[in-house]
Amino acid sequence: MSTFGWVTQLLYVAAAVCFVLGLRLMNSPATARRGNQVSTAGMALAIATTFALVVHAGTVTATGWIVMLAGALVGAGAGLYSARTVQMTAMPQLVSLFNAVGGGAAALVAINEYVKLAGATAGVPEATTITTILDVLIGAVTFSGSIIAAGKLQGLINAAPVTFPGSRAANITAAVVAVGGGIYMIATPSVPVMIIIILAALAFGVTMVMPIGGADMPVVISLLNAFTGTAVAMAGFVIGNWALIIAGALVGASGSILTKLMADAMNRSLRNIMIGGFGTGDSAPAVAGPGGDVRSVAADDAAIQLAYAQKIIIVPGYGLAAAQAQHQVAELAALLEERGAEVSYAIHPVAGRMPGHMNVLLAEANVPYPQLKEMEEINPEFPRTDVALVIGANDVTNPAARRPGTAISGMPILDVDQAKSIIVIKRSMGHGYAGIDNELYVNPKTSMLFADAKSALTELIASVKTLVG
Amino acid sequence: MSTELLTDITIFVLALLVGFEVISKVPATLHTPLMSAANSIHGIVLAGAMLIAVTADNALGYILAFVAAAFAAMNVVGGYVVTGRMLKMFRRSRAPVAAAQAPASLNGRGSGGQA
Repeated sequence: MSTFGWVTQLLYVAAAVCFVLGLRLMNSPATARRGNQVSTAGMALAIATTFALVVHAGTVTATGWIVMLAGALVGAGAGLYSARTVQMTAMPQLVSLFNAVGGGAAALVAINEYVKLAGATAGVPEATTITTILDVLIGAVTFSGSIIAAGKLQGLINAAPVTFPGSRAANITAAVVAVGGGIYMIATPSVPVMIIIILAALAFGVTMVMPIGGADMPVVISLLNAFTGTAVAMAGFVIGNWALIIAGALVGASGSILTKLMADAMNRSLRNIMIGGFGTGDSAPAVAGPGGDVRSVAADDAAIQLAYAQKIIIVPGYGLAAAQAQHQVAELAALLEERGAEVSYAIHPVAGRMPGHMNVLLAEANVPYPQLKEMEEINPEFPRTDVALVIGANDVTNPAARRPGTAISGMPILDVDQAKSIIVIKRSMGHGYAGIDNELYVNPKTSMLFADAKSALTELIASVKTLVG
Repeated sequence: MSTELLTDITIFVLALLVGFEVISKVPATLHTPLMSAANSIHGIVLAGAMLIAVTADNALGYILAFVAAAFAAMNVVGGYVVTGRMLKMFRRSRAPVAAAQAPASLNGRGSGGQA
């Protein structure tokens, strides 16, 4: 290997070290920003190294330079603009979009390499064919699947599970064609077959994500994130670049971990989520729980209860974010803290539309991160809590999950019912995603404040100030 | 099968293990920034996209080089910027902004108190 080759390879290793250190620093909110900077520096190094490689090759035509730089500029501009302007509630869409373009770019890298090799006299080595097929398959599925996921999250496509007669059959056909084409290609290198594989994989991505409902999005995004990482690693195999292999593997690991965490938090298997939402299987009507009356409460009374509480846990759900009420909840919490109460937030892993989404929304509303507690950390604290204030969360607080025989049995929940008293802000007695009654609402300790999250919180803030000033 | 493939597979598997080890220590609070950071890391595909240009000499090559570079650059730039933006919001204590907001809402209290 030439000296130049050695140097570039070592620089790629240095970049990979930066990526790992950057992820390592993300193990605490205090160091996470530095982590992102270290990772950015690694990326800058990797790109600069690649630029040197491209220049060193000396074969790039004038047109080649123009298209490459123009493409990079257009992409960088679009990325910068969307990153600067995106609302925090829209973060899942943006992440999905970045998954799509990352997966798409990875597939294009392999397509280019394959077309080039297929045209050469030496032909395509078998190993390259296999990694190309994997890259193209995973990359194309990620591309179309992520675009559909982003469309659903943005509300451009019906967020509910969308199925049409024969959609399962279409999905299976696409999978069979893609895999069959892949096997054919290993035996007989062929560019047209690769195009068929690409189209089938794109169709598979669409038919895979369309039937998945909005509440399952945290799992889908995580899974597509893992796919993108794997596609990038495969692109690294195809063009023989270690930086791509390492970076892709890191992302693949991250996506897989998050996928598993999300699926566990909903107590559902990946297969179950991919095949269909709640209500399609054995979710028989809930076993009749301890019946009882629902106690409704006025904002003034709820405010007094909160104002005299020593320890308060706020349980935010996606409904809070949907109502854009995170700033009001932060204001109420600040007010109660000024009065000497201890306030913390109980965050269920699937509160939001992507892993950790609720934490970002609350951080944006100026909630200090030490108050954001994970489920395992906060659950032992509920029995010592004077008031648990549930806003926009439903299924994740339902004690029915502890009993067998309900649609959510076994799902890890927040032990809200163990608090000394509970206030639930909710618009109506409507069901959550699982479509079953929430036994928390008929608990004698629970008072229901029927209102929209934003107006209820605004009223609470005003009442606390007026009544107990 | 070549030695290169074997080396590549070794690197891939080891990197995967490092990834599992490092990422399982990230707290749930930071899972969104983590995914966004992972997203920016797979922007490394920009390196692959740039290398397309090395051999591109016909229309197909140029189109692929352009689209791949655009996709990858969007991924890498957007990913890092948005991750940084999110992480900046995570503060240990309430930022002064809250203090600035408080007086504004105190007005409501004054009038309410009289009623």
